[in-house]
Amino acid sequence: MIKARITVTLKNGVLDPQGKAIEHALSGLGFGGVGAVRQGKVFDVELAESDKAKAEADLKAMCDKLLANTVIENYSVAIT
Amino acid sequence: MKSAVVLLPGLNRDRDMIAALTKISGKPPITVWQTDTEIPDVDLIAIPGGFSFGDYLRCGAIAARMPVMRAVAEKAAAGVTVIGVCNGFQILVEAGLLPGALMRNTSLKFVCRQVKLEITNANTMFTRRYQPGQIIRTPVAHHDGNYFADADTLARLEGEGQVVFRYADGTNPNGSINDIAGIINDRGNVLGLMPHPENLIEAAHGGTDGRGLFESALGIAA
Repeated sequence: MIKARITVTLKNGVLDPQGKAIEHALSGLGFGGVGAVRQGKVFDVELAESDKAKAEADLKAMCDKLLANTVIENYSVAIT
Repeated sequence: MKSAVVLLPGLNRDRDMIAALTKISGKPPITVWQTDTEIPDVDLIAIPGGFSFGDYLRCGAIAARMPVMRAVAEKAAAGVTVIGVCNGFQILVEAGLLPGALMRNTSLKFVCRQVKLEITNANTMFTRRYQPGQIIRTPVAHHDGNYFADADTLARLEGEGQVVFRYADGTNPNGSINDIAGIINDRGNVLGLMPHPENLIEAAHGGTDGRGLFESALGIAA
């Protein structure tokens, strides 16, 4: 079994209203010097697969087909 | 004119769409379910609004990967007219039938109100019953209607007249880039828009401004 963590983040230049709201909330809590905050998503995936290369290829295909919208998002795959 | 309405779990504007199509075309649309792999011969396919699959992952993302959407893509490629309203628009962009993406409203709030729409391009099969530059009123009700496309895509959309509806007079409810409310594909047979024209088609709705869209798409004389 392979476990992986997929991280999906907004591309640079794509406005992130939720990140902005979080940024303001952090400043409001008194955390000084908070720069830009960008919100993303994390998926922990378990795969019944022993071949790491095959797992990585499958995970990337999952990102391209469903987990990320590549019009606005980037993704990274880390096998843990 | 024969029409079909796509049904998916979590949509909630399907009955409004069915009522509008029945009233305007004179014939009730057939309905197709998410698992259907074929859509019968129709002139128009409508994807209604709502919250398909609970808006999980991204609005429209899971619906866009259902078997019925492959059938919709085949029909669109064959030239059949396709309209996606609200969640239907989100599903069309997630399915790659329209460019760009629909993101969270900049206010982070769900908006439910009436907006003004400018008919930016009256020379489409969806807007030929309107005048160029005409301002109509339609309701909106969404949380994720903030249209985004990269600079190249945006330039192409604007240059080719694919921006069909624009929020007018400062009524942009969601921060959508260039005030974009509705776009068509490059072939001109697939339309997606956030506002709900199906909710303004008879006097009891308080107006009939949305009727022209369906009359245009169904080829019905006003």
